[in-house]
Amino acid sequence: MIYRETGQFKTTYASDQQLFPILQDRWFVIGFLAFAFAAVPFMATDYLFLAILIPFLILSLAAIGLNILEGYCGQVSLGTGAFMAVGAYSAYNLAVRVPDLNLLVIFLLAGAIAMVFGILFGIPSLRIKGFYLAVATLAAQFFVDWLFARVKWFTNDSSSGSVSAPPLELFGHAIVTPAQQYVFVLAIVCVFALAARNLTRGAIGRSWMATRDMDVAAEVIGIRPMMAKLSAFAVSSFIVGVAGALWAFVRLGSWEPLAFDVNRSFQLLFMVIIGGLGSILGSFLGAAFIVVLPLVLNQLPTWLGIPLSTAMISHIEFMVFGALIVFFLIVEPRGLARLWAIGKEKLRLWPFPH
Amino acid sequence: MKRMFRKHAAALALAVAGALGAAQDVSAQSNEIFIPVLVYRTGAYAPNGVPWADGYVDYLKLVNERDGGVNGIKLAYEECETGYATDRGVECYERLKSKKGVAVNPLSTGITYALTDKVPADKIVLMTTGYGRSDSVEGSVFQWNFPLLGTYWDAADMLVQHVKRKGPLKGKKIALVYHDSPYGKEPIKLLEERAKMEGFQLILLPVTHPGVEQKATWLQVRQQRPDYVFLWGWGVMNSTSIKEAIAVSYPRLQMFGVWWSSAEPDVTPAEDAAKGYNGIALGHSAEGGFPVHKDMQKYLYDKGKGTASSAKEVGSVLYNRGMISAMLTVEAIKQAQSKYGKRVVTGEEVRWGAENLALDAGKIKGLGFGDMGQPLKTSCHDHGGVHKGRIHTWDGKQWSYTSDWLEADYKVLRPLVESSAKAYSAEKKITPVACGKA
Repeated sequence: MIYRETGQFKTTYASDQQLFPILQDRWFVIGFLAFAFAAVPFMATDYLFLAILIPFLILSLAAIGLNILEGYCGQVSLGTGAFMAVGAYSAYNLAVRVPDLNLLVIFLLAGAIAMVFGILFGIPSLRIKGFYLAVATLAAQFFVDWLFARVKWFTNDSSSGSVSAPPLELFGHAIVTPAQQYVFVLAIVCVFALAARNLTRGAIGRSWMATRDMDVAAEVIGIRPMMAKLSAFAVSSFIVGVAGALWAFVRLGSWEPLAFDVNRSFQLLFMVIIGGLGSILGSFLGAAFIVVLPLVLNQLPTWLGIPLSTAMISHIEFMVFGALIVFFLIVEPRGLARLWAIGKEKLRLWPFPH
Repeated sequence: MKRMFRKHAAALALAVAGALGAAQDVSAQSNEIFIPVLVYRTGAYAPNGVPWADGYVDYLKLVNERDGGVNGIKLAYEECETGYATDRGVECYERLKSKKGVAVNPLSTGITYALTDKVPADKIVLMTTGYGRSDSVEGSVFQWNFPLLGTYWDAADMLVQHVKRKGPLKGKKIALVYHDSPYGKEPIKLLEERAKMEGFQLILLPVTHPGVEQKATWLQVRQQRPDYVFLWGWGVMNSTSIKEAIAVSYPRLQMFGVWWSSAEPDVTPAEDAAKGYNGIALGHSAEGGFPVHKDMQKYLYDKGKGTASSAKEVGSVLYNRGMISAMLTVEAIKQAQSKYGKRVVTGEEVRWGAENLALDAGKIKGLGFGDMGQPLKTSCHDHGGVHKGRIHTWDGKQWSYTSDWLEADYKVLRPLVESSAKAYSAEKKITPVACGKA
């Protein structure tokens, strides 16, 4: 009843092709963003910022990056953690070695370095696909783990191999409080999400999707597979690299290669699969599921006042979380984004479904 | 499908409600001192994490039960499971921070590194008894870190001194088998320095987390035959190392573990074959007959209030270490109360207490700890307080001391500490405080 397009006539191509063609969607998104930018910074607690919102946003960004490669272009990657690590360590080295570089420039350059690295490890995708490609990207993961753990230059000869990011500062303003960090991260994530959404709607995105659906057919209709695949690797690892730099600088502060190990790659892969392959919204939903749910499960017994031992709570957390993953995958293999879409379809007909 | 959808909606609502619940947290009562307790009772490091956590919590319980709190102020605490993972540890810290904790003991060098940046802003004392950053001994830069009892550089230095007593080290080979994490890498800098001084060759053999796969590492040990092996492992890695050493018949007498690699869970899986394995003890070993242990029995375990699943755990190496860690936290609180009054003290006041700790042998005995702790005195330039240890050896049944007291040589360590602290302060743009003024 409320969510209905009746009377919304598209009279120009521009209005038909806009990002959110349905008026209600547009208002919802604008309202939501206004809420996230203007209201949340004054409402949330430090815990909500530091333990939930910031990690959720940064991992969403990484998931968007992976989704471009995997959901849109169909190239399976297990090296996301490695691309994040390249971004993080590039940003660290730039910050330490090049004084007085603007923080945003550092992040963009870190993304660019991760992009070069991504293209390099994307080259095998021209010859191999599917599981074989996954294994090839796994090599990137192990190579990077080794590189940052063993080559001391990258960690500035830190005795423990752990490095710390310098304090965050942007145009002379220190980004110190959790609320400031949150707004900073949110702004970056919004820009990238918007860019990614638009890329996937345009010619490049269509060439990715054609390659994903059937690469031979795509080649026949004139899409160059090399360009499509390598551009997907480039864009994906750029975004993932920026996410890695954010994760290191804003979320961790100081880190070791273990923060970007193969488990991080798997975590992101699960986010993308559970959230929905080939969907920007899905990246956010998947990240929320993987980041927030375990924390909620871990604290639920305390909120409900059930006295359980710390170990028991952890065990229950693992079991329930695992069961929920299986449950959601059985109910909707195409992910949470698909559930959302179904919900919207139903809402359009409500209360008079045919 | 519709029914299903409703179910999802319900689940989602529950999750949202939970998140909001976190926002309006239940803060600790204002007449109690809150101590966040970061532990790991699950995962690959649980065999070692559990006794430590039990000892730590039991001591806090004991102070409440026996003494009615610290000078009449009860201690409140809450456990949070980190699983030895840095990101979960930081989350735990943020979760418990809002309850106005005064001191936190994360029991992980990785988490310590991450929290070192956060504690100055939050004004929470970071107690790292026997671990953490070795350079944080320098309190003018690391105002909030307290690596009490000893650091890894202390441990590595004492081990080198100990093996040096058996004969000059020139031309000898020492292998460091280490957990490939900030914890395991910490001693490398000191050992490299010592290798230059003494003329021995240092072989670095990293073991990846969690350390159950070490065949390749020990093959290298077999090929290169180092004169000594220093073991810097944790959790399941330790017992695996000892078993692998047996497999390649490397003599256990030439193996020395750091204090986190020489407790019961490390040697018992190898049973009799671990005989002769050495470790450096952090002032204490497995000792269970002191008054504090009797009090544990009387006030907690006889009444069924103990944390450990069996009273037998009381007095084991890691249980004792947990207990001592809690004791030092409590003593820092007491010290703070002696200056600021017998009330609920703040993190800043406890920081002063930790920086002005003075526990002589009599005082430690008075607390019921016998000679498990060496006299300890902290200052602005020395947040460690004491840098001593003894070697203990496993005889197949129990640990017993096999050396007298060793002390880390600060003529060697001081320049390292200072240069590392200076590098940190430059990287983080921190101005070191002037010691003796604040």
